[in-house]
Amino acid sequence: MAHVSDPPKMKVSEGELMNAPLGYIGDTPAHRLIPAQPVVRLEKVSKTFPGRDGQAVTALRETDLAVPQGSILGVIGRSGAGKSTLIRLVNGLEKPSSGKVIVDGADIAALPEAALRHARRSIGMIFQHFNLLSSRTAAQNIALPLEVAGFDKAEIRTRVEELLALVGLSDKRNRYPSELSGGQKQRVGIARALATKPKVLLSDEATSALDPETTRSILDLLARINDELGLTILLITHEMAVIRNIAREVAVIEGGHIVEQGDVFEVFTRPQHEVTRSFLADESGRALPPYVSSRLRPDATSRSQAVIRIGFRGPHATDPVLARLARDLNIEANILSGSVDEIAGRPFGTLVVGVPETSVSTTLDFLKKHGLDTEVLGYVA
Amino acid sequence: MSPEMINLIAASTGETLYMVAVSALIATLFGLPLGVFLATSGKGELFAAPWVNRVLGVVVNATRSTPFIILVVAIIPFTRLIAGTSIGTNAAIVPLTIAATPFIARLIEGAIREVDQGLIEAARAFGATPLQIVLKVLIPEALPGIVLGLTLAIVSLLGFSAMVGAVGGGGLGDLGIRYGYQRFMPEMMLAVVVVLIVLVQAVQSIGDRLARRLNKRIRHA
Repeated sequence: MAHVSDPPKMKVSEGELMNAPLGYIGDTPAHRLIPAQPVVRLEKVSKTFPGRDGQAVTALRETDLAVPQGSILGVIGRSGAGKSTLIRLVNGLEKPSSGKVIVDGADIAALPEAALRHARRSIGMIFQHFNLLSSRTAAQNIALPLEVAGFDKAEIRTRVEELLALVGLSDKRNRYPSELSGGQKQRVGIARALATKPKVLLSDEATSALDPETTRSILDLLARINDELGLTILLITHEMAVIRNIAREVAVIEGGHIVEQGDVFEVFTRPQHEVTRSFLADESGRALPPYVSSRLRPDATSRSQAVIRIGFRGPHATDPVLARLARDLNIEANILSGSVDEIAGRPFGTLVVGVPETSVSTTLDFLKKHGLDTEVLGYVA
Repeated sequence: MSPEMINLIAASTGETLYMVAVSALIATLFGLPLGVFLATSGKGELFAAPWVNRVLGVVVNATRSTPFIILVVAIIPFTRLIAGTSIGTNAAIVPLTIAATPFIARLIEGAIREVDQGLIEAARAFGATPLQIVLKVLIPEALPGIVLGLTLAIVSLLGFSAMVGAVGGGGLGDLGIRYGYQRFMPEMMLAVVVVLIVLVQAVQSIGDRLARRLNKRIRHA
């Protein structure tokens, strides 16, 4: 039973792991000085599972993905889109059927078990249901990866205290998970994931079991960790709010494919793919009010109004463009719905207006000239 | 009740406790790793060895389906090999242990399988070896269930031990049969039953209390 035996005792260089503050050179966080090399890279990765009736199920096909050093990349997809498989490939919990998974220079898929276990110490992971040991206190849970890695007791104690302070749970160190709230449990999960000072943090729907307020505080913590420690974060989620609040880059996954990828603001304000649009439609302000959507027709009839969605990005987000439309062209736009939002820290406004069918082309020209995005959604009688 | 009777009961109680304690201890020693292995050697599991798992499963089931009294007689040569004799309290420990080991293994397998798979995934994710996962995750998390299982096994052993009178093992059951039944002493039979009831109650409540204390999943007021 070769796979059962312990790996050769690999003494993790204590100096490297335990002598904080690792991520800093002088006063500048090291990640600010290093060009953004991908820490995680998937190259043409496919994964098929043997299905129940002998038919193979393809979870991922020919997927490429690069997570730059120090970034927060969010993968969003519906359930069954392949995002769980994707994140499990990164720390080798799943092996790809073909392709390469490169983490910090090593091909995770090709590593033998012992080396893979060692590599996993530099890949932290947090989970939707926290996966804390009920038999261990908060501090003991955080200590577990360090015990497994073979640190001595004194080192473990110091490191655990640091981590408890980092996640703001120093006063709960001796509480069992059953005595903690969901948000506190996830904080313990985060501290545990950070125990061995990983280079990448994988977040598997980490906020999906939490209420919006707690979600917010966990995301703030992750953003702070990303900022202070320069830790690269790869997260998967089905919630738009998560991506919008914390991710810098987003990849939209559907049917085992990454259908769209890029800067969060770009992708969200100019969605190219149907799936991306449908995610955006869930967001408040993007959806049309029912009294409009129920009467919406694809074709114009006489005396109908065109329904136009206007996207205000960046510098134009606060332009009084409707006032100008009325003043300069004497076109009166009828506001149907609208919102001003912040995506990845930048303002983004959406306005849905109705204009007389006869002045559609003039209106569109005018709006485009002002640098706004437009989309004709349909017509209402 | 005469002092002689009380002496007899005391001696028999001692024999029963001795047989049950020693066989429970040895059966746990073998049953724990066997149970852990049964729970972790299925297809795609930590120590995946589906064939070994299946063969062990069949052996365990076969042992458990053999009536205890038949097991006692059937393994007499083996008992003689181990204990040096096939008669007496020490000899009785051999069949008791053999009967209890697969039973305990199944109970421990059940307790281990109750542990959330997510914990195994988390432990793998931070680089634990399969052995570390067993020792630091599965067994500690399953401990309340294991304790309840062992309690059940000890109670069953108290019952089994009543039958080893057949090979001169002594103990309370033997006392009840020889004095209570064969010598028509109903008061002796009653005394034996009462002592057994007290023993079972004691074992069960100690086990329950210990399991409750170990179980951190429930908030203690």
